[in-house]
Amino acid sequence: MKPTDIQNPEYFHKVVDCQYACPAHTPVPEYIRLIAEGKYTEAYMINWDSNVFPGVLGRTCDRPCEPACRRGRIEEEPVAICRLKRVAADNKGNVKQHMPQGPFAPNGKKIALIGAGPASLTVARDLAPLGYEIHLYDEQKKGGGFMRSQIPSFRLPERVLDEEVNYITDMGIHTHYNQYVSSLKEILAMNYDAVFVGSGAPQGRDLPKLEGRQEGDANIHIGINWLASVAFEHTSKIGKKVIVLGGGNTAMDCCRTSRRLGGDDVKVIVRSPFADMKASPWEKEDAMHEDIPIIDNHVPKSFVIKNGKLAGMMFEKVEAVYDDNGKRKLVPTGEPDAFYEADDVLVAIGQENSFPWIERDLGIEFDKWDMPVVDPITYCSTNKKVFFGGDAAFGPKNVITAVAHGHQAAISIHLSCEGLSMMDRPAPHVNLVSQKMGIHEWSYDSMVADDERYIVPQADKKITLSNRMQEVELGFDPLTGFKEAQRCLNCDVQTVFTENKCIECDACMDVCPTSCITFTVNEEEDALRAHTKVPAHNMEQDLYVSDILPTKRVMVKDENVCLHCGLCAERCPTSAWDMKKFFYNVTKAVNACQQETAL
Amino acid sequence: MTYVRPKFRHPELKKNKLGYTLSYYEGALSTLCAGCGHDSISAGIVQACYDLDIEPHKVAKLSGIGCSSKTPAYFLSNSHGFNSVHGRMPSVATGANLANRELKYIGISGDGDTASIGMGQFVHVIRRNLNMLYIVMNNGCYGLTKGQDSATADEGSKNKTGHVNLFQSIDLASLAIELGATFVAQSFSGDKKQLVPLIKAAMKHQGFAFINVISPCVTFNNNVGSTKSYDYVREHVEATGTVDFVPAMKEITADYAEGNTEHVVLHDGSMIELHKLAQGWDPHNRISAMNAVHHAKSKGEILTGLLYMEHESKDLHDMLGTTGKALNTLGKDVLCPGSAKLKELNASLR
Repeated sequence: MKPTDIQNPEYFHKVVDCQYACPAHTPVPEYIRLIAEGKYTEAYMINWDSNVFPGVLGRTCDRPCEPACRRGRIEEEPVAICRLKRVAADNKGNVKQHMPQGPFAPNGKKIALIGAGPASLTVARDLAPLGYEIHLYDEQKKGGGFMRSQIPSFRLPERVLDEEVNYITDMGIHTHYNQYVSSLKEILAMNYDAVFVGSGAPQGRDLPKLEGRQEGDANIHIGINWLASVAFEHTSKIGKKVIVLGGGNTAMDCCRTSRRLGGDDVKVIVRSPFADMKASPWEKEDAMHEDIPIIDNHVPKSFVIKNGKLAGMMFEKVEAVYDDNGKRKLVPTGEPDAFYEADDVLVAIGQENSFPWIERDLGIEFDKWDMPVVDPITYCSTNKKVFFGGDAAFGPKNVITAVAHGHQAAISIHLSCEGLSMMDRPAPHVNLVSQKMGIHEWSYDSMVADDERYIVPQADKKITLSNRMQEVELGFDPLTGFKEAQRCLNCDVQTVFTENKCIECDACMDVCPTSCITFTVNEEEDALRAHTKVPAHNMEQDLYVSDILPTKRVMVKDENVCLHCGLCAERCPTSAWDMKKFFYNVTKAVNACQQETAL
Repeated sequence: MTYVRPKFRHPELKKNKLGYTLSYYEGALSTLCAGCGHDSISAGIVQACYDLDIEPHKVAKLSGIGCSSKTPAYFLSNSHGFNSVHGRMPSVATGANLANRELKYIGISGDGDTASIGMGQFVHVIRRNLNMLYIVMNNGCYGLTKGQDSATADEGSKNKTGHVNLFQSIDLASLAIELGATFVAQSFSGDKKQLVPLIKAAMKHQGFAFINVISPCVTFNNNVGSTKSYDYVREHVEATGTVDFVPAMKEITADYAEGNTEHVVLHDGSMIELHKLAQGWDPHNRISAMNAVHHAKSKGEILTGLLYMEHESKDLHDMLGTTGKALNTLGKDVLCPGSAKLKELNASLR
């Protein structure tokens, strides 16, 4: 293998699994260390810079970082990254003073943002400090988009959302709430320099052809619409017996909301096997904890109507059969169909994009699925003035993905308004600094804590089920937050090897607790992976290979289960190993011509 | 600060026949200087015991005084241990071995502990062919007292302060061959590929097995001009051949040129596969082995690998005709047969 090019920041970036997995590349270990130090404000600001909604995401994020966390490969559970973020948000001091302070000198450019969800708000936050005049349109009475209409208040209190939306709108954003944009042509006629579409995926899927759908309509609701109507207080009760169709997180929110609005006998019924459900494991757990059974392998067959009113639903029982390619087929088991009673049915079987308001003669190309053609790097459509982001760009994903889109779209809009090429993406901000302070002293807490993952305390079920506004999770207290933070392995403190200092004493190889380091003859990657001390089977994790050493061998480090404990560097007599803190931050439009917020 | 080794290990660590992973053979985190050759030897012992499927509680590790003699704390935490008086490890090992011949004995000593204060004990334990592995971690200096030249420092070797050694060195491997040791090898801490099979073969040898391991003192004797530095040893090392340890019942598949490969069967059916590199050297001939060492020395080389081994070696128990069992497994009536037996014995001597 060729020596690893550690000059390329992407190499070390990939070692920081959590940050790499985060769509917005939030510097996770950096803020976790700050939480451990009790510097909640600073931790919050690291988050705010990357993901814009730390308080919201600390409660509701899909957490792609956690399955990626190295700790999960070493013991049972990853670090509770998401809930640590909430610790920062809950305990922070005055953060507003660290945010860009308006009024900002206008740059003469005017931008429209359609939809006030996380993608648009991110664009607004990144561009407002640069002097753009920003107009934000939304049909609802407040900003937040799906974060407000879809996420129930027992998971995300309104005050948390209001606070983080207001940090942005307070930057001098012109909000046009209660205003449904019905024509993009009209918006474009208003001579905006750029238009950003962050209108989400607002259409819930239905089962229009299922028998009894029309007759039972009064008691059959589309999940996302129903959640929105609860959030905006148009709906305040539901029948005693409720069936929720679907296996995603919206289904989980629907069933749990139903429990709070009078549903005593609430069931989730899903076509797929339990393990294949799209909902996050923790959301399934929370639903089951609220006495909601999840019945899997049941395909809806008909709505059963009695006396002109919905009485329940009939389901066909199936089992999942997987072919050689792992493709799933649901095959009927031949058992008799199952009937479940219901006063109300909530259909939460997915959502779709819908752009009835975009005229098709504006130079915006749509593909065969009727989705706009959007560049995955610039987020620009085929009309160079129109940008897309969030669920509107590539279909339903999640908040953190929408934020990541927003950052990139903001850069494109800025480059485009400056007359520069949108393909000239700014390089990330990187820094690599030794943490050595003495023979055994490192400026980070290198001791690896043995603690198992801490459980977030929850409010009493009696209280939470009787009050829709009562938040279920109470968050870690500062002490538990500290202990959980100590579980972080500090994967951003990188093991950096310098060949010409190495005397090949083997000390690092001998001391490494997780057998990551091997000195061996150089070979092709496959052979090298087989000949490391413990074969390096995890192909997603790189091998760090040195140049040829005096004994004609190379140093090979399998990054897979490195604890970043620093023992290799401590036992190295010549400092050929060093522990260097790697800071990687995606450049945002706001950083492009403004100094970073000094903390 | 990392004075504590994290408890996590690689989740895919393989288990040996006993169901133990390598970590079960580890010891405490070393407090020796970073980069000390001794730590590599400790790691070699850990590897060898794991590979040989040795039950740690069937091993006793013994040592004297010095940096080397601290190392038993850093391997085989689950074994018996005795950190004895300076240079007196052989006596303790002899006593322990006579009382319980069923344990494997690993004696760890240094150049000071063996070639100076313990020289008397060393030569007598060789004479008695005590069944043990005796490793000297040889760095040519007194590292624990800040690097004074030891008795194994080569004449003309320069230490860290610039002082040149005026005296002839004691060559422990030659001495062991001369005194009749039944297994003698020499190795380098920086070459585990050679060291680990040697340790395995030595542990399987019935009788006194001696390995002199050159183990650089990274703090006091790793300078230019020293003949025990990493660089010097790497440049001057010459191997008698390569040694592979073949466990009993395993088919030999290695393909070497005819005539250069020899299989030495050990008492338990396991085998050493020896690929000879040195010309005119016969590892079973004491004179030939001695010649090979001296010949290499005259060329300024350090001969490593297996130097000498005796096929049919009679250890101390065989010579004394002692009981085949450990004393602690014998009943009180056997160990102490009573006054009638004593009278009978006395009468027979009258």
